[in-house]
Amino acid sequence: MNADQPLTRDQMAEVVARDIPAGSYVNLGIGQPTKVANYLRPDQGVILHTENGMLGMGPEAHGDEVDHDLVNAGKIPVTQTPGCSFFHHADSFAMMRGGHLDVCVLGAYQVSATGDLANWHTGRPEDIPAVGGAMDLAVGAKRTAVLMSLLTRDGQSKLVEQCSYPLTGVGCVSRVYTDYATFLIEPDGVHVRETYGVDFADLQQMVGAVRLIDRTAA
Amino acid sequence: MSATICATTAEAVAGIADGSTVMIGGFGSPGQPVELIEALIDTGARGLTVVSNNAGNGDHGIAALIREGRVDKVICSFPRQSDSHCFDAAYRAGKVELELVPQGNLAERIRAASAGIGGFFTPTGYGTMLAEGKEVRQIDGVDYVLEHPIRADVALVKAHRADRLGNLVYRKTARNFGPIMASAATRTIVQVEEIVETGALDPEVIVTPSIFVDQVVAIVDPADAEESA
Repeated sequence: MNADQPLTRDQMAEVVARDIPAGSYVNLGIGQPTKVANYLRPDQGVILHTENGMLGMGPEAHGDEVDHDLVNAGKIPVTQTPGCSFFHHADSFAMMRGGHLDVCVLGAYQVSATGDLANWHTGRPEDIPAVGGAMDLAVGAKRTAVLMSLLTRDGQSKLVEQCSYPLTGVGCVSRVYTDYATFLIEPDGVHVRETYGVDFADLQQMVGAVRLIDRTAA
Repeated sequence: MSATICATTAEAVAGIADGSTVMIGGFGSPGQPVELIEALIDTGARGLTVVSNNAGNGDHGIAALIREGRVDKVICSFPRQSDSHCFDAAYRAGKVELELVPQGNLAERIRAASAGIGGFFTPTGYGTMLAEGKEVRQIDGVDYVLEHPIRADVALVKAHRADRLGNLVYRKTARNFGPIMASAATRTIVQVEEIVETGALDPEVIVTPSIFVDQVVAIVDPADAEESA
């Protein structure tokens, strides 16, 4: 969709969901990536993995469905689907680290033009760091995608030449879904697949130093 | 030796020494053995190193152990949560040391200890500040970081059912770290909701075999770490 307006958070999640190949095993990170699940079609046959030991995770649980022994990585109660399975943490992370997951979708503070990811720590000394499964997911999935707003609150591009925040993984991101564009990070540079509410020239100006390759006509 | 069935949590945790490294199961609240942790607090043991995914949430379980000043060091992946105030206060006051470990490294380092592995190379963390100072090696064109096993003196684990030998089954995502911690510690203490007769658990579905279990105590209606009184 080359939209006339920047995408809303829900529309961004929809774009990500549409891009996930049928039958994929997928891990959705905490926060905004969780929304992607709302836009997966049943006929897509996607199986969701949660790092705390489950394949075949269903939607969030409500009311009588809530079971305190059944939660997602964000510790929110969820449901199970037919054919789901439970396993311990070493097996769960072997699924990530061993390259068995097809796609993971993560949030980010910054992504570099070569696919470096920064999403776990602000680096501010007063902040208590917490990493969780971010570093395992970033380097382990067959495809690591990022879902984020393109700009910070003060208008700086989060797609950067070099990350200034502490890294989560090196050269691991291959797609970046944002409100203004979808980017493909490839060996020859950053390609723009679609833009939303801006044209390619506007977008190039927004990201500044990162040189973009226009593929919007393709 | 097969497991000892204990009548009380006090009996189950007796003898945990000051300065012990204690693995505590759970991912947030599911799988966190709140009653065993409370019994550990009651023993007065201090100077503990706690290995767990989180550093406690709410005011019970691991959070209470930290609040009571029993923990010198926490090895975990995700200490910061909306309700991790007990850890946050102790950390900011310099009372507890933090070793932050990516979650998959935490799991694999525990698994390595359980299997007698002396170390392993993993791509997780390569090029990040969590790999600073660690040995790196390129194998078949991929950059890896050397990680060492995490062993423990004691594991506190919550499972769903045990038989009288100590074979365990778990429930849903409360399984999480339980099986790997049970096999990585010198002594494993388990709370379960029900103890059944030996032979009553289907051998095909036993997750933790009895060889890894030392003490078992039944807590029929266990507390939730976030909600318990």
